[in-house]
Amino acid sequence: MSTSATEREPRTAGGPARRRVDLPSPLRHLLLAALALAAVAGLLLVTGDLTALRLAAVGYTMLAVAGLQLLVGGSGQVSLGHGAFMMIGAYTMALLVLRLPMLPLAGNLVAVVAVATVAGVAVGAATARLHGPYLAGATLILAVGLPGLTHRYHEVLGGSNGLTVRTAGAPPFLQGLVSGSEWKALVVWTAVVLGLAVLATVSTGRLGRRMRAVRDDETAAAMSGIPVGATKVTAFVVASAAGGLAGGLQVYVLGTATPSMFTLSLSLTLLAALVLGGIGSMWGALWAALAVVYLEIWLSDAVRAFELGKDVENNLPIVLFGVLLILVLRFQPLGLHGILQRLRALLRRAR
Amino acid sequence: MRTTTNTARRGPLAALLALALAATGCTGAGEVAETDGPDLSVSPGVTDDAVVIGTHQPLTGPAAAGYMSISRGAAAVFDHVNEQGGIHGRLIDYRVEDDGYDPARTIDVTRELVIEDEIFAMFGGLGTPTHGGVIDYLNDEGVPDVFPASGALAWNNTEEHPLTYGWQVDYTKEAKIQGQYIVENFPGQDVGYLFQNDDVGEDSQEGLDQYLTDEVVTRQHYESEVTDLSAQVAELKRSGAEVVVCSCIPAFVALAMLEAASTGYDPQWVVSSIGGDTATLQGLLSAFTEDTDAEGVPADTFLDGMLITSYMPRVEDPDDEWAAFFIDLYEEYGEGDPMTNTHIFGMTQAVMFAQVLMSAGPELDRQALVDALEEQEWQGPGSVPFSSSGGDHGGHQGAYVVQYREGGAVEMIQGPRVTDRDGGPIEEVDFTPLSPQELVFHD
Repeated sequence: MSTSATEREPRTAGGPARRRVDLPSPLRHLLLAALALAAVAGLLLVTGDLTALRLAAVGYTMLAVAGLQLLVGGSGQVSLGHGAFMMIGAYTMALLVLRLPMLPLAGNLVAVVAVATVAGVAVGAATARLHGPYLAGATLILAVGLPGLTHRYHEVLGGSNGLTVRTAGAPPFLQGLVSGSEWKALVVWTAVVLGLAVLATVSTGRLGRRMRAVRDDETAAAMSGIPVGATKVTAFVVASAAGGLAGGLQVYVLGTATPSMFTLSLSLTLLAALVLGGIGSMWGALWAALAVVYLEIWLSDAVRAFELGKDVENNLPIVLFGVLLILVLRFQPLGLHGILQRLRALLRRAR
Repeated sequence: MRTTTNTARRGPLAALLALALAATGCTGAGEVAETDGPDLSVSPGVTDDAVVIGTHQPLTGPAAAGYMSISRGAAAVFDHVNEQGGIHGRLIDYRVEDDGYDPARTIDVTRELVIEDEIFAMFGGLGTPTHGGVIDYLNDEGVPDVFPASGALAWNNTEEHPLTYGWQVDYTKEAKIQGQYIVENFPGQDVGYLFQNDDVGEDSQEGLDQYLTDEVVTRQHYESEVTDLSAQVAELKRSGAEVVVCSCIPAFVALAMLEAASTGYDPQWVVSSIGGDTATLQGLLSAFTEDTDAEGVPADTFLDGMLITSYMPRVEDPDDEWAAFFIDLYEEYGEGDPMTNTHIFGMTQAVMFAQVLMSAGPELDRQALVDALEEQEWQGPGSVPFSSSGGDHGGHQGAYVVQYREGGAVEMIQGPRVTDRDGGPIEEVDFTPLSPQELVFHD
C-alpha cells in the first residue's frame, strides 16, 4: 500500500495532532464517546426540560453534519441533498412507530440506518461518476424532489401535514428520576456518540486515508491502487446512513415529521453550518450544530429585546449567518474549529 | 498500567451505556404507557393580579402575512379587557411566540412557553401540522389547550386529548352545509372541487360528498407550496363545472379567481370560511395583479357574487353589533392596519376565552378553567351555537351562508344551520348572540 502520501495528515483532514498508539482506534473512539455521553448526562442533570430538547437537537444535527463532514471534508464530494437522507430516516422512523409500535427503539434505529444505507447505495452508485458541481446538481434534485413524494403518496406519508407519532418516554423504573425529555435527550446522545465513534473510526482508518487520497487527486489515488469509484460510493453511503439516523432521532424527539422540515434550505443550512464550524474536523460538526440550534433562538430573543420589529426578526438570522459564513471563509477557511485550534497553538507557544 | 486505569475509568461509563441501551431495548418504541391524568389543581402563571397565557403563531415566514392578524386581533381584545380592570382583578398577559409555521419550531416555542413562561393555558395555537405536534405534550403536561386555530377534526377527541377544546367549525361540518346549499340552490348544475391537498381537502370532501354525488364533474387539488393553479383551473373549465367549491386558504382563492378570469371562465365560487376573508382577498388580488395585464382592475370585480360560509361576525357587515364593536375596539387598541375578518377571528376567540376565565371564578386553577369550559352556556360573539362539553369539544357547530357584492357588502342568504361531522342531518337553528354590552367578559 503506497499511502505514504496521505499518511502524514494535513491538518485539514482532522484527527488529533498527536497519535496515541496504545489503544486501537475503535476503542479510543468508544472511550471518547462514553466520555461525551457522560458530559451530556451531567449537563442534563443541571438543566431543565427545555434545554434537554435543545441538547437533543444539537445531538442529531451534529450527527447529520458529521456525516456530511466525512463526505465533503473527507472525500471531497459536495452533496446538496443531505437533508433528503434525514427525511428518509425521519419518515422511516415515523412509519415504523406508527405501523409497528411493538418494535423496540433500538430495532427501529437499526432499521432506519439500514433504509438510509440502501438509499445511499442507490443514489451513490448513480452519482459516483459525477464530481464537483455535477454531483451537487444531482443531489440537489433529491433535496427538491423528495418532499414532493409525501404529496404523491398522501395516504401513507400524510401530505403536507406529515406524520405525528408518540414514542415511549423513560422506562418505568426511572420515572421520577429523569423526565421524558431528559430521557429522550439521553437516548439521542447515546445513539449520536455511537454514530460519531463509527464516523471517527472510518475517518481515521484505512477508508478515511483512501477518501482523502481520492479527494486530493483522483488520478494519483487510482495509480496508487485505490478503487476510486468504490471509495466515493462508500463515503456517500456512510454519510447517508449518518443523515438517516439523525432524521430518525429527530422524529423520536419531536414526534412529528412533515415535508416542511426537510426542504432544500435544510440541506443548504447543513452544508453552510459545516463550513462555518470547520470542514476538516469532527469538532467542526459540534460548533456547526450549536450554531444551527442556538443562533436563531438567541438572535430572535435579541431582536425582541431591542424591539427591532418583525421584518428584522424575519431576516436577521439568515443575514447574520450569511455574513458570518463569508467572514469565516475570507479570514479563517477552516471555520470556528480552525480559529480555536489557532488559539490553542498560540496559548501553547505562550506557555 | 495505562490500560488498567483506562479500563477502570471505562467500567462505570460502559455500564451506564449498557443500562441505557437495555432499557430502550426491551419495550416497544410506539407503546406509550397509560398514566393517570395530570394534576389540574394547579395554577401556574396565575397571580393575584395577572394570568399568563401563551400561543404559537406564524409571525415570520410565508404564512405570517395571512395569519399575523389573528394574534393582533386577540391582543387588542385583551388590551381592552385589561383596560376595564381585567378578569376578577387579574390582567391578561398574552404571550405570542413565533413559530414561523414550522412544526419543529412550534415544539420548541411551546416548551418555552410551558417551562419558562409557565403559562396557565395555551390559547389559540395556530395551524394543523404545527399544533398537531404539541397537542400530546400539552395534554400530558396538563396544560389546557383552548381553541386551537384550525378546523382539523383532531381537536375534538376527548378520549385522547381531554384538555383540547376545538373552536373553529370543522371542515366536514362546514362542507356538509355547503353541499346541501348547492344541491338546494343550484339543482342539476355541474360542480367542481378545488381543494388543498391535506386535511382541509380530505375533510371537506367528506362533507360535500354526502350531498353531492353525480353533480361532481372534477376534483382538483393543489399543494400549498406550489403557487401555480393553471392546470387545475384549466381542468375545471374543461369539465364544464358551473359551481366551483374552493376549500382553500386565501392566497389560493385569489390565485384561482385570477387564473379563471384570465381564461374567461366564470363559475359560481363557493368558498369556505378559511378562504372567504374578502378584505384579505382584496389585498392579495391587488398584489397579484400588479405588473400584469389585469393591473388596475378593481379586486372587487373578481369577488362579486362569491358565496362564503361563515360562523363569526363579519367585518363587511358593520350593522352587526359585534362587528361594529370589534371595528371600534380595533380602532382604539389595534396596530393601525386595515381590519379584516382574520382580525375578527382572533377577537372572537379572545372574547370567548375572556368569558370562560370570567366564569371560572376568582379562585382560578386549571381544573376551574376546564370546569368552566364544560359548563359554559355560549351566547356569542360567534353566530352559531358552540359546543365545549359532554364529550363534544367541536367548537362552532355549523355555519351560515353569505354572498359578497361588489362594493363591499355581504348579504346573508341562508341563516345559521348546525350539523355533526358524521352522517347526521343539517338543522336550522334560531340563534342570536348576546350583544357586546350584555355579554360578560371582563370586570
